[in-house]
Amino acid sequence: MAIRERMSGNEAIAEAMRQVDPDVMGAFPITPSTEIPEYFSEFMANGEVSTQFVPVESEHSAMSVCIGASAAGARAVTATSSCGLAYMWELLYVAASSRLPITMVVSNRALTGPISIGNDHSDSMGARDSGWMQIYAEDNQEVYDNFLQAILITEATRLPIMVCQDGFITSHGVSNIQLIEDEKVKEFVGEYEPEQYLLNHDRPLAVGPYGTAPYYMEVKRQQAQAMKDSMPVILEVAEKFRQMTGRSYGFFEEYMMEDAEVAVVVIGSSAGTGKEAVNRLRAEGRKVGLIKLRVFRPFPRIPLAEAMCRVRAVAVMDKAESFSNSGGPLFNESRSALYDLPGRPYAINYIYGLGGRDITVDDFYEIYRDLFIIADTNDPGDVYRYIGVRDSRYEEGGFDHRSEE
Amino acid sequence: MAYSLKRELEKPERLAGGHRLCAGCGAGIAVRGVLRALDEGDRAVVGNATGCLEVSSFIYPNTAYYDSYIHSAFENAGATMAGVEAAYNVLKKKGKVQDTYKFITFGGDGGTYDIGLQSLSGAMERGHDMVYVCYDNEAYMNTGIQRSSSTPQFANATTSPAGSVIPGKPQNKKNLTEIMAAHNIPYAAQTTFLNDFRDLHEKAHKAIYTEGPCFLNVLAPCPRGWRYEAEDLAEICRLAVDTCVWPLYEIEAGEWRLTYEPRRKLPVEEFLSKQGRFRHMFRKGSEWMILKTQEYVDEQWEKLLQKCE
Repeated sequence: MAIRERMSGNEAIAEAMRQVDPDVMGAFPITPSTEIPEYFSEFMANGEVSTQFVPVESEHSAMSVCIGASAAGARAVTATSSCGLAYMWELLYVAASSRLPITMVVSNRALTGPISIGNDHSDSMGARDSGWMQIYAEDNQEVYDNFLQAILITEATRLPIMVCQDGFITSHGVSNIQLIEDEKVKEFVGEYEPEQYLLNHDRPLAVGPYGTAPYYMEVKRQQAQAMKDSMPVILEVAEKFRQMTGRSYGFFEEYMMEDAEVAVVVIGSSAGTGKEAVNRLRAEGRKVGLIKLRVFRPFPRIPLAEAMCRVRAVAVMDKAESFSNSGGPLFNESRSALYDLPGRPYAINYIYGLGGRDITVDDFYEIYRDLFIIADTNDPGDVYRYIGVRDSRYEEGGFDHRSEE
Repeated sequence: MAYSLKRELEKPERLAGGHRLCAGCGAGIAVRGVLRALDEGDRAVVGNATGCLEVSSFIYPNTAYYDSYIHSAFENAGATMAGVEAAYNVLKKKGKVQDTYKFITFGGDGGTYDIGLQSLSGAMERGHDMVYVCYDNEAYMNTGIQRSSSTPQFANATTSPAGSVIPGKPQNKKNLTEIMAAHNIPYAAQTTFLNDFRDLHEKAHKAIYTEGPCFLNVLAPCPRGWRYEAEDLAEICRLAVDTCVWPLYEIEAGEWRLTYEPRRKLPVEEFLSKQGRFRHMFRKGSEWMILKTQEYVDEQWEKLLQKCE
């Protein structure tokens, strides 16, 4: 029987970590992920885990400890946010290219400039090309479930993995959750038995070579292949998880997409707000749908494009700016994925929710309204837009097609 | 059993020949010397900060190390080895690892005095059972002889060139060994290559077999940066010690002890004049630089003697 509880995303993660009982955790506090090592330290203090907790002096060292531990043959975990993740940046590439399975929770928070503790995805999106897998969650149940699956995914693919949740919204918001019994979790994740590791009696190992031009590119190609090959692994682990819990996961969730004419693609907790807008619009007879992307790395290019192709216009939502002058990262990859498909929909981008800015059901109403206008007029206007922002140049909105009308 | 270099050299090598360090480089000698201090049969994981040593000893697909080895980045050799050590503790407890392992990590002065100081300090403070060895060649040699906080005053480096207005590096060398001692770690020592390597060997053995975090600072000259002939390496080390530019001492459980006292303390010129990086100090009108260096060395030596009383 599942255990019914009420807890925050951070507490749920700490609980999952207690159940997994990893070998090594290296962590440094940063809002809003701080509670994870705090809760975990309590478990340590009370002898509930056998983990070696390494309370490092920085996130840079947290990732370095995980790299050393994972290379040595240990199951290694950490948690961070925002500037902490940015500080790890160099080591993210080291971990990924050394093919070290490491599970890192990211309680997503804006990057500094100006300093903000509010939620957005600029931290993990900034690390999107580092060779780490990335899985996002809508709520505390999903982040708990994703963490447990991540352990198996990272060990099967030997690609490190980020388990992302929205800072404060999910990390601190308390809601109902179903926990899995300890024994079942332990059986699910099993023992970590690496093939090669530093402390292997029979075969010493050297990690982290100087890669000269005749070899470097092959390493990158192999990482890219591993990312490609991780697609079926994610689904296999999800199936194993469904058999244990009855809860189903894929690359993304389709909400009211069967007969939808327009749709929104969104990552994380804002999907909940979007779904509420979908419910209300459906009650008004409007055929709207929503796609919640769970797996961003690997990017599920083909299945996502096929799902988007069933509507006439789609709004891709980015909780991160990339200052590219052509929209956010999710938009660019999603729109690019559509290119080869016949009958592709119009695709526009909304940058939203930066630095903890709320997105409301009314905002989604506005987005769906815009999508219907685009579908009906066959005119997408400026595809790179903001929602929920003040801008002195316009009445509302940022780079907004409406001002050009 | 008394130390015998001959016997030590009969032990199986842990650093293979054929690595690509320069002739006359101190780094490889430091690594060989330290790893020789491991008891036969004991296993080690060798760590390394990015630097000359790393890019010359582990070029894919060849490694010069018989033991397991890990390099991760420039500034995190301390934390990376801390992770390995943490993994060992838990895996040993769980019965997944049977062997006894020692953890020894190497960094140059760039990776140790400067960019990696935080990571090193953290690892020492947390008490990991490991040895951090700095091979100190007093500048960023791998990138082409830029000044570091370990570069001594007046040395000519590519980011502190001896010009007509500024005569080499303006600042004095940071005293890292004392910074490490201030962490109250069980063992810290300064050494270099002298005579039969006994000093290096005994300190390395102590560092490896003292439980807890230990630190070795090994003066490891660089022929490219210091501008000396490869065959003069041993002579330069001896002069560094006999001029008291690089005193040999150790701090064991808080007790400071000189491990070598020069029979006759030589003037600093003898050390400086052998190296191209100090050449400008011997031009007419530069005498004040030598005087200032002598004053500084004397002052530091006196302070050290007081600590070792």
